[in-house]
Amino acid sequence: MSLVGADRFKSRAAAALADANLKLAIDRTTRTARAKREAAVADWPGFSKARDLGRRIKDHVIENLDHYLVEFERNAVASGAIVHYAASAGEACEIVIRICREADAQTITRSKSMLGEEIGLPHALDAAGLTRIETDLAEHIVQLSNDRPSHIIWPALHHTREDIAALFREHHHTPQNSDDVAGMVASARRQLRAGFLGADVGISGANFLIADSGAICTVTNEGNAELTTTIPRVHIVTAGIEKLVPSLTHAFILLRLLVRSATGADITQYTTFHCGPKRTGDRDGPEAFHIVLVDNGRTRMLAEGLGEMLRCLRCGACMNHCVVYNEIGGHAYGGVYPGPMGAVLTPVLDGLEKSRDLAHACTLNGRCQEVCPVDIPLPAMLRGWRDKSWAQGLEPNTQRGMIGLWAFAAARPDLYRFGTRLAMRAVRLFANGGWIEKLPLAAGWTRYRDFPKPAARTFFEQYQAQKRRPNA
Amino acid sequence: MANAPPKVGLFVTCLADLIRPRTAFAALTLLRRAGCEVEAPAQQTCCGQPAYNSGDRGDAERIARNVIRTFEGYDYVVAPSGSCMGMIKLHYPELFADDPAWRGRAEALAAKGFELTSFLVDVLRYRPQGIALAARATYHDTCSGLRELGVLRQPRALLADVKGLELTPLPDGEACCGFGGTFCVKYPAISNAIVDEKAGHIEATKADLLLGGDLGCLMNMAGKLHRRGARIRAFHVAEIIAGMGDGPAIGEEP
Repeated sequence: MSLVGADRFKSRAAAALADANLKLAIDRTTRTARAKREAAVADWPGFSKARDLGRRIKDHVIENLDHYLVEFERNAVASGAIVHYAASAGEACEIVIRICREADAQTITRSKSMLGEEIGLPHALDAAGLTRIETDLAEHIVQLSNDRPSHIIWPALHHTREDIAALFREHHHTPQNSDDVAGMVASARRQLRAGFLGADVGISGANFLIADSGAICTVTNEGNAELTTTIPRVHIVTAGIEKLVPSLTHAFILLRLLVRSATGADITQYTTFHCGPKRTGDRDGPEAFHIVLVDNGRTRMLAEGLGEMLRCLRCGACMNHCVVYNEIGGHAYGGVYPGPMGAVLTPVLDGLEKSRDLAHACTLNGRCQEVCPVDIPLPAMLRGWRDKSWAQGLEPNTQRGMIGLWAFAAARPDLYRFGTRLAMRAVRLFANGGWIEKLPLAAGWTRYRDFPKPAARTFFEQYQAQKRRPNA
Repeated sequence: MANAPPKVGLFVTCLADLIRPRTAFAALTLLRRAGCEVEAPAQQTCCGQPAYNSGDRGDAERIARNVIRTFEGYDYVVAPSGSCMGMIKLHYPELFADDPAWRGRAEALAAKGFELTSFLVDVLRYRPQGIALAARATYHDTCSGLRELGVLRQPRALLADVKGLELTPLPDGEACCGFGGTFCVKYPAISNAIVDEKAGHIEATKADLLLGGDLGCLMNMAGKLHRRGARIRAFHVAEIIAGMGDGPAIGEEP
């Protein structure tokens, strides 16, 4: 579910480009992320083998989703969990709110989950009148500033530490020093501690759903997921059905790929497996453990040839390495998921008509696929959306006309030679020295850069003249 | 090599044909020096990427069929571009994957298609001789060549034989320059932000020359460098290894 809608992409992108503070914030985070990932991959001789294995594990699960769903449910129920199925975002939110109401909950803690964002859960909880406390540090920042995540790993990436100091000063009512990051983290910890201890329900996502045990796995660096899932009376997991893996062994292979691709670390600070509610004799844990398995377009993706996207581990490497994301940031994309993976997913979630720009706002340079830990063919999938958009008549008429005219000529070599020769003669008239500073019909180019003056005669004019000369 | 010289069809590329013929003449010269019988068949126009990348598969297929027909009689088809050759080598077989009449022909063309520097180095084992140019250059690996075709060491191997040429690495060199074909005119402001950052990195190398293997990317970067007032001159790598580095750079055509 999109909160702002992915249309009006260009105006949001323009606003982002004009925001120097945003660019500073993006660069600070993604530069470090790229360098650390590169070092982590260089340090791992078996990376490409593991990547291939990871891709095959995901593909195997996706091809056998029905089998693993049934196995996971059977084992989760045997461990004491209650399993729910939600076909849509709305259904998933309804289930969560019903569980909260049945538990007579007032206060809910939530650890970071992109699936939660996807189904619009924060908004739904607020609308239901429940008190929601975001416990992930970045989500805490996003909640205080009343905005949306702009990155799937670092939701508050768009805020500089200077912004955050100001925000904490206002909401924590204590002095903050933007050069003392540890001090600001401690301030958030003090602020959140009471919420952790008093919550009735904790909601988390899941990085993996482990079929042969019915356990779920969360990875975090702050330990907030552990406090969210063990202290409250009720723990609710919301997870997309593509998070299934056959066993713990498979989860570990994917974990290594996920963490190195996301942050460049060998392992996250906390990797926790949750299996069933508190048992007799357990010192802690929830009294009730609910797992909401969410489809929300996933089986449709499988049916419509987008199954490769279900491999996604949500590591964020594609956006960290995307030249477009690095200029405009996450909010400009308009959907829940930004960057290359978001550009593939948003048309599924919000419809192609509203989001056709996303597939086009990509240079198809291929770096996202290169760094993807499960080799998702993101450029080809984006091109697939372009094909659909063209076939459905969503492309603007001017663009269709330009491409059509050019293609008509390009399929007729004699006409093409004649037409392009004349066109180049005309283009040369705009030159001042070797460069053209303003070229009609190419304003997008010449507004920002100069266009080189074409040669006086095309290659084929010169080449054919040479061939006609016997001694050439 | 066999005794008969390989018969090579040069895929000129539309940008070399219309804007920068020197690149195509450099390619002809290099292929001849490397012992090929080379010609540029006049039936060729463009590889079809503008249509293909816009989602217009019908027109992309029509143009691809023309390219396939035009080059069927050659032992090899070679292009001074990673982008156009990536289209021919990777995307033509995709375009015709469900077309039994054309699929085989597309795959046959893909199998004998090469980007110029990789053809010279990997197939012909060519080494430039007697080429000198006293200059400091930086090299931008254009994305399609780098990621679709694995072009990375080949241009550097060829440039290493140019006497007096010093190659200095480009920081963040794996990042796209923001050209992206139709992207640069559909999203000019985003493209500009990307190429502006790239131009900053290029200027920071203090190089005299910017070299690369794709004219689209080179025109984008050279045009931005010129607008920024930088004095770095841009050439297609083929021109340098063919000994044409003393001629006009991109944006210096008379």
